[in-house]
Amino acid sequence: MTRTIAPGTASETRLAWMLAAPALAVIVLVALGPILWTFWESLHLHDLRMPWLGRPFIGVANYAEVLRDARLWSALVHTTVFVATSVSVELSLGLVLAILLDRVTRARGLVLTAVLVPWALPTVVAALIWRFMVESSSNWLSDPVMAWVPLVLADAWKTTPFVAILLLAGLQTIDRSLYEAAQVDGATAWRQFTAITLPLLRPALLVAALFRILDAFRVFDLVFVLTGGGPGTATEPIALYTFATLLQHLQFGLGAALSMIVFALAFIIALAAIRLFGGRAFLERAA
Amino acid sequence: MRKLTGGLMWVVVGVVLVPLYWTLVASLTPENRLFGTPSLLPGRLVLDHYRALFEARDFWIPIRNSLVVAGLTTLLSVTLGSACAYALARMAFPGKTLTLALVLAVSMFPQISIVSPLYLVLREVGLLNTYPGLVLPYMTFAMPLTIWLLVGFFRQLPADLEEAAFMDGAGRLRTIWEVVLPISAPGLATAAILTFLYSWNEFLFALSFAMGPERYTVPVAIALFRGQYQVPWGEILAAAMVASVPVAVIILVAQRRIVSGLTAGAVKG
Repeated sequence: MTRTIAPGTASETRLAWMLAAPALAVIVLVALGPILWTFWESLHLHDLRMPWLGRPFIGVANYAEVLRDARLWSALVHTTVFVATSVSVELSLGLVLAILLDRVTRARGLVLTAVLVPWALPTVVAALIWRFMVESSSNWLSDPVMAWVPLVLADAWKTTPFVAILLLAGLQTIDRSLYEAAQVDGATAWRQFTAITLPLLRPALLVAALFRILDAFRVFDLVFVLTGGGPGTATEPIALYTFATLLQHLQFGLGAALSMIVFALAFIIALAAIRLFGGRAFLERAA
Repeated sequence: MRKLTGGLMWVVVGVVLVPLYWTLVASLTPENRLFGTPSLLPGRLVLDHYRALFEARDFWIPIRNSLVVAGLTTLLSVTLGSACAYALARMAFPGKTLTLALVLAVSMFPQISIVSPLYLVLREVGLLNTYPGLVLPYMTFAMPLTIWLLVGFFRQLPADLEEAAFMDGAGRLRTIWEVVLPISAPGLATAAILTFLYSWNEFLFALSFAMGPERYTVPVAIALFRGQYQVPWGEILAAAMVASVPVAVIILVAQRRIVSGLTAGAVKG
């Protein structure tokens, strides 16, 4: 795939590393190092409110404690519910929007601009807009079940355009003559959709699903601003619970254990997706 | 059929824009009528909330903070990231696949997983509540994003130009500087725009590492607005509109680039 010019001399290798090194050093410094540190921290008792306790090594005691904690399990259930509902809503609406965009010939640029605005807004702003609209017309936010509705709606409002744009790119790679042939054979529009569009759109759908699932799994800003995880902790996802443990209760050991659980789950989701795509195909997608 | 899709499309655009319109009208409505029955046609509009925002609250401070932090993040990640991306896209070296995998893996990191060590390190070196104390954490998402976008961009540049330069005896570095860089402006611009957008919108790190109002970024300032007695909705919505202005301008100017960037690199949402 990649064309490499003036191949494999020693000086070429050295130069490549010199070009790549600064960026890689930054990544190691701010991401790779910290995640290892989080793991190490999670094996210690570390409470910033009680500095006199020091930072003794306690093995897996933090993990044992959080795994016994009902709030962790309900946070995981909340996260799963949020991922499942918001991602399925966004994929279906995004597919409809992509098909519409694919057919619109006039003013497509204008339409794209309009639908991209919510995607580009700060999540905090989107959350405030929806909180205001809901608060001024209902008391859903004080209801543990109804409070989910604005969360999912706001997330769908903000991210469906992103899904639609990924799917639109996929749609545009489909050979039009397939549809013409199907039409000659008398296939209905629905049949064309299920027999041509859906199977050929599978890779784009998978990519969109992966990015949305990973993103919805990490949901923080939206919930922090829209419901604050409430009423009570009825809409608290795992990232919000971890944040509260770390920076509100200052229990860094426990918080680090929660952080590692979030990390491990995200890692599993990503691995599952890479298995689905095939690893190499995944890396080559950038081309 | 064509008429139908056209009509449906405008319905979609309408639905998408209603919340923004509602917000705009509300931000211009006097506080005492804010929670009245919402109506599509506004009555008397006032600029009170915007005035209060910039006079009483000095909203320029978070705007300046956000501009500085997002600007520095973009500058740093595009400068370092483009060199790295070129090597990954065009040069053969051992460890290349592993490096690509690493960049991709880091782009999937949940931010919350590294908040605790970053907080402890920044506190240790006295960078909590400073600009570098935000720019460095922002590298965790900005750097992989830039590299990923630019690897895609460099790979689809025609290789002939570089080959011709080599034929003429130019070395690799000179070729990059004199041949590749001048034609890379579109790719670099796309990467810069998206990086700036993500940094402008970032919330979790800014909430964790900017401790005082003098260092709050725009999203943190808005999210933490407090009134004396009640939620100051008028000012919050005015601030929401102000925070959206740069974003809307970017979209208007660079819609095409953003769409191509999103689809080429399949950026995270």
